[in-house]
Amino acid sequence: MLREQYSEYLRSEELPSVWCPGCGNGIIVKALVNAIAALSLRRDDVVLVGGIGCSGRTPFILDFNTMHTTHGRALAFATGIKLARPELKVIVAMGDGDASAIGGNHFIHACRRNIDLAAIIFNNAIYGQTGGQLAPTTPQGKRSTTSLLGTIEPNFDLCKLALGAGAGFVARTTVFDFHELIETLTRALTHKGFSVVEALTPCPTYFGRMNDLREPYEMLHYLKDQTIPQALEDVPDEAAQMKRLPTGIFKDEQRMEYTELYSQLCKAAKGAAVSSSE
Amino acid sequence: MPERKAKAKKPRLIQGNEACTYGALYAGCSFYAGYPITPSSEIMELMSRELPKTEGVFIQMEDEIASISAVIGAAWAGKKAMTATSGPGFSLMQEGIGYAAITETPCVIVNSQRWGPSTGQPTKTAQGDVMQAIWGTHGDHPVIVLTASHVRDVFEMTVTAFNFSEQYRVPVILLLDEVLSHMRENVCLPEPGERNLIERQRPARADGFKPFKDLTFLPFGAGARFNVTGMAHDEDGFPAQAAEADRQLRRIMNKIHQNVEKVALYEELHLDDARVLIVTYGITSRAAENAVEELRAEGVPVGLVNLKTLWPFPDFLFERLGQNVSHLLVPELNLGQLVREVKRAVQGRWLTVEHLGRVDGSLITPQQIVEAIHQLTGTKIPKEGVQQC
Amino acid sequence: MNTQISRSRFSKDPVQIRLSGAGGQGLITAGVILAEAAVVDGKNVVQTQSYGPEARLGASKSEVIISTKKIAYPQVTKPDILLCLSQDAFEKYFPQTNSDTLLILDSGQIEPQASDGRLIYALPITETAAATGSKVVANVVALGVMNALAGLVMPSSLREAVAKRVPERFRALNEHALEAGEKLAEPLKNRKETVA
Repeated sequence: MLREQYSEYLRSEELPSVWCPGCGNGIIVKALVNAIAALSLRRDDVVLVGGIGCSGRTPFILDFNTMHTTHGRALAFATGIKLARPELKVIVAMGDGDASAIGGNHFIHACRRNIDLAAIIFNNAIYGQTGGQLAPTTPQGKRSTTSLLGTIEPNFDLCKLALGAGAGFVARTTVFDFHELIETLTRALTHKGFSVVEALTPCPTYFGRMNDLREPYEMLHYLKDQTIPQALEDVPDEAAQMKRLPTGIFKDEQRMEYTELYSQLCKAAKGAAVSSSE
Repeated sequence: MPERKAKAKKPRLIQGNEACTYGALYAGCSFYAGYPITPSSEIMELMSRELPKTEGVFIQMEDEIASISAVIGAAWAGKKAMTATSGPGFSLMQEGIGYAAITETPCVIVNSQRWGPSTGQPTKTAQGDVMQAIWGTHGDHPVIVLTASHVRDVFEMTVTAFNFSEQYRVPVILLLDEVLSHMRENVCLPEPGERNLIERQRPARADGFKPFKDLTFLPFGAGARFNVTGMAHDEDGFPAQAAEADRQLRRIMNKIHQNVEKVALYEELHLDDARVLIVTYGITSRAAENAVEELRAEGVPVGLVNLKTLWPFPDFLFERLGQNVSHLLVPELNLGQLVREVKRAVQGRWLTVEHLGRVDGSLITPQQIVEAIHQLTGTKIPKEGVQQC
Repeated sequence: MNTQISRSRFSKDPVQIRLSGAGGQGLITAGVILAEAAVVDGKNVVQTQSYGPEARLGASKSEVIISTKKIAYPQVTKPDILLCLSQDAFEKYFPQTNSDTLLILDSGQIEPQASDGRLIYALPITETAAATGSKVVANVVALGVMNALAGLVMPSSLREAVAKRVPERFRALNEHALEAGEKLAEPLKNRKETVA
């Protein structure tokens, strides 16, 4: 994609973003713009909803209908928007804290409803904006400013969580795999139903500094080394998965989507109301 | 309180929570998101039946935080939206109410109060959430708080809540209580067109629209690609600091407080010659009304102010009180909440303000108010009016 | 129209009615039906109820105030009529009555303690309901009794209210219950019986 085409989607007056040098969030944004351009979505028809944290700043820099919401609630706001205007394409940019800690409840219920939202989880495995604290996604043993001796907590596998909760489309990739990221996001945006894309992204400022991966390239290599393109069911055991996280599109299945079901419900309710008044 | 009865209309026996639902639908509410909680659940149940018939949206969310968030999202997608809850759920909604306040999102939050704090007594009544309704979320913020006294009033005040929220782009909280929510009364509901309905103002054009400059509003997808944020923001919705943050916060506060005389609704009885004034609101006003009747029959010059709007507080009403008034009694189903505002509004004046609180989950009775006034005035039937203290 | 029938035999206006019993005896429904009938009569009415632990165990109550005037305070302060369908309810609410209160109780459920010589209508309400088809309609039998004795609402309005508030498949049963209640009270209409 050419620079001019790319900038068409950006709010240049809001650049540069607040993101640190070496942060991977810009790569996700670039991939997202590529996917939206590839699908020729009209900017007026796209609503981009963000949560709180570094990823939550995404709505500010992209020229769509944008909403920067509260911590963890982006999916609930987006659910309201989508139900009110099903014809709009609603994309949610969340952090791993948004999705798995404070907003974990909203995440599992959005999956369960299978409402047509594209949820992109910017997973940097740490709380970046607040200064590098432990996240539910921080791998066991890794350090953060609230787990200096290495965390004793096991980390969430967000894709398994999404699969278990019923999302129609579930995928994981990394910013290291830029073209795969574009392809995955394109398919997620095409999917009718709740789609989850977990994008692993480096935070050299906090995760890197706390875990001897100070240089951005070191962190990118870490992401590459920590992941393996593999189907979830092919992973021999939990221990193996902890070592190398599978990536790929784990699920892309069509099932009745929430706003379509709701529209059917309205027709049934109207029919019932008419027949009872006759 | 004018008892207007249309001749042609047949009265119906309806419950407070039903009246709230019908009021919302009458006002054009087409989006409801909520979570079950006693004593508000009948509102949600009726919404779930009624909204789909007209292609309105009903959704039962996973909790109250999600409910208010979905309501705000729907409002920005152009809907008149509401949720209803009770104490514990209302506390969970405070985060979203703050967001709605700073983003100037029109929406309605109904709180049917029950005995608290915490789980308290879910089926017992109280007026214990007055301060939470006014000050519940963090930071200085604009909000309008309304209440209602009887079933038809619930309908009317729900319509008013939507009107104010649309007109001023502000979250409006309607405080009901367990007794009012569950009580049934004969009511004649207005026909479509009988009440004035206010819609959010549209700007002349989408091009160059500034979403946080004034009361004009455009929803998402209408051609103006702006940003909405809970951060301090400028007129375009992008982060602002210092002077601009200060100016914007004052603007959103002033849009409510400068209009206090339009927003602060109340009813009055015998205000012209009252020496003792009962300042009341919500369900308690009904006991006060009977007490006034009884006391007047005894010859006690008592009057009544029934506040329909609790916030912004009608300071002007107390500033204008005549010299004839010497005693104020504030009966509430709490241990002293709105009475603080009354005291603030009359400070520096030669007036005694007394509070009558009840917190056993039952209503204050007319007899309790009569006795409180006898005690307050120190005489059963004052011959020469009440002594100045 | 015979307005004589609809006039409450209590000259009191408003008239305050308390329906009490145990949770599950349908007292809230009875209150709603009575209130609905008063609306049919063109009266002002307020119906309130007591929920909570009381609704599952022990005494439960539903209150109705009927008036031609505006009703301000919505709850019963002094009952003009007290219906009791359980011993617990009787013990709880009897002390709140006075000598003017019309007392109606289920003789099959309640054994009044030594009374103060007060007039009490004690009738086999639940037994009558069971004979009609089901104990479940004791609430509607009681309504029939109460209205026959007190003339609170037009009998036709009470029928209309039953039809409105009772699900279709139980309508006939409830109509019979109402009739049975009215019949049960018939011999007592012009005399007062003292119990205990």
